[in-house]
Amino acid sequence: MSRMPGAMPIGLENLSEVLMKRSFQCLLVVISILCMGSSWAQQVVPDIEFDAVDPLSFPDDVYLGEAVGVATNSDGHIFVYTRSRGVNASLGTNRVFLRSAAQLFEFDENGDYRREIGQGLYGFVFAHTVRVDSEDNIWVVDEGSNMVIKFNPQGQVLMTLGRKPEAIRVPTPHADYQPGSGVGVLGDNFNRPTDVAWDAEGNIFVADGYANSRVAKFDKYGKFIKSWGSRGTEAGQFNTLHSIATDVDGNVYVGDRGNRRIQVFDNEGNFKTQFTHIGAPWAICITPGPHQYLYSSNSNGTASMDNGEIYKMELDGTVLGKFGTAGKLIGEFGSVHEIDCRNENELYVGEITNWRVQKLTLRP
Amino acid sequence: MRRYTEFTLLCLGVITTGWLHAQQAVPQRAAAYADAPNIPFETVPNFLTLPEGLYLGEGIGVARNSKNHVFVYTRSGESSRLFEFNENGDFIREIGRYLYGFSQAHAVRVDSEDNIWVVDEGTDMVIKFNPEGRVVMLLGRRPEAVQGLYETPRRSDSWPPPAVPYRFGRPTDVAWDSEGNIFVADGYFNSRVVKYDKNGRFIKDIGEERGTQPDQFNTPHSIQVDAQGNVYVADRNNSRIQVYNNDLERIAIYDNIGRPWALCITGGEHPYLYTSNSNPDNNNSALTAVTGEIYKMELDGTVIGKFGEPGKQWGKFGTVHAIDCRDENELLVAEITTWRVQKLILNPEGTP
Repeated sequence: MSRMPGAMPIGLENLSEVLMKRSFQCLLVVISILCMGSSWAQQVVPDIEFDAVDPLSFPDDVYLGEAVGVATNSDGHIFVYTRSRGVNASLGTNRVFLRSAAQLFEFDENGDYRREIGQGLYGFVFAHTVRVDSEDNIWVVDEGSNMVIKFNPQGQVLMTLGRKPEAIRVPTPHADYQPGSGVGVLGDNFNRPTDVAWDAEGNIFVADGYANSRVAKFDKYGKFIKSWGSRGTEAGQFNTLHSIATDVDGNVYVGDRGNRRIQVFDNEGNFKTQFTHIGAPWAICITPGPHQYLYSSNSNGTASMDNGEIYKMELDGTVLGKFGTAGKLIGEFGSVHEIDCRNENELYVGEITNWRVQKLTLRP
Repeated sequence: MRRYTEFTLLCLGVITTGWLHAQQAVPQRAAAYADAPNIPFETVPNFLTLPEGLYLGEGIGVARNSKNHVFVYTRSGESSRLFEFNENGDFIREIGRYLYGFSQAHAVRVDSEDNIWVVDEGTDMVIKFNPEGRVVMLLGRRPEAVQGLYETPRRSDSWPPPAVPYRFGRPTDVAWDSEGNIFVADGYFNSRVVKYDKNGRFIKDIGEERGTQPDQFNTPHSIQVDAQGNVYVADRNNSRIQVYNNDLERIAIYDNIGRPWALCITGGEHPYLYTSNSNPDNNNSALTAVTGEIYKMELDGTVIGKFGEPGKQWGKFGTVHAIDCRDENELLVAEITTWRVQKLILNPEGTP
């Protein structure tokens, strides 16, 4: 409202006051319903027991930063896309810090360091997620360069989506990001994309993102097909779609983090249903296999130690159990940002604030 | 109208005189200076040996572990860097090169288990390394790159925003009690001291707003904890040390030792407190003329002696920013403006 230009007609002031009161009453009802809902969830959701280890080992001079992306391939190799090796520039008397940070590391199935992929790559600016497709190609989503980059298993670049701006427009701190047009028009690009997923035919779904609010669908050759969504709270609208996954039927699950819900769409982007009882879905993952499950992390914010639990669900939204809580110890979570669930009971989670990947063995 | 003009002129005159007076005010020595006996000391020049091609920048942080290995956290050209030297001052290795949490060095401290803790005021982080040099715990969070160029904000009515439990505003130092509780001095933008448990969970903080009242801070710049768990906060720009019990309830204020830039409490049966009234890092010659000495104190605030003066030669101090006092009579000091670490031998002829 405060952004609305011009003065409000006088007659509307009273009306708005009435509306404010009404909304407040309404809000109270909603809050009490939410409270009932959350206490219900706490009462009936069983805890899943699990063990946790930090599986990765490094050469002396290699460090993770924020472990925002983690994924495994069919050999059990672990790929971590991390905000590390930050660039610092200090200019003039105001001590200006220029920052970027993104590195992609590969570890073997035992967690031993194998190699760095794409060191100094043009598209590596600010890491967001890594995913591995059914052919072991490695896909990276970078919210700084606005690019989705596909590597083959050898680590060579096969395909790119989006384009890094030629001259980086420098946003001022804490600026409101304006949503893009978001419909694949000329010059349209991602604006801080967050995640990528594929269906059985190889179609590509990109969650885009912090600044845009849409899902973009491409065919397997990277040709634009369509996109859907805008910023808002209605069905089919998003507020920071932060994670995306598909099931075996090609349905698309979107972690609509800011709206604290998972929205489910068919393969063409038609809204099917939403799950609103699992907190804010920072990271979602759908297991392979004949019986697919959906994991969703209600991660603690990076400035808090609240929440942090991960839910295990049926694809219809039925919650089967939950595990974990926020904290810094092994077995606790520091803002889980990505989940790998290639194996239903052997998960990898990448954490922002603990700069760490944990391997979780569930004992449901 | 004429009366108004006269009144205005009068006011202007008073203000101008006051302003000129403030500009011309002669900086004074710290109150304890005159009566504090001089402690004799020698310096060990070029104590640290760096490999060819490696340099220190501003010597911001220095600390030793139980093997007397020396850790230096320095502001170098590309970023800030953490170096380890052996007990003879020979370079051993670099820890955390290009680390995401390294930007603008502020402090390094070593805890009782030889974990190495770094405080970085550029990334707003406190980083705990185990003795092997791997990251084991983090406090605070570096601002995201997508927030764009980060211009150090100036203080204003709207800045800094209120402090929150798990974020810092240019933190300066870290200390621990015997139970492992963590105390963070925070900092240049925030003006508070924060207590966490050993697992990094927030317990409490003090110092809501910057100020001059007791329990307020104006740049808490260094922090130490004694064996009883009492907390000593160098409230630098208020020219005092505020002392708290373990629950952060104030028990004393020492305001006779100038501006405390760096604190260090010795181990052993009889602990002492060192505090440095460092000469300024902005080449203010008037202030430099009356600062630069380090005081040795009892924990109750009694000044035992002083030593040192500003200068660029070995044996003088170029804005001491950190003191290591693992050995009561063998100190290491890190200096900003002279880009070095000195080893000092106090009372070389033996305890007087």
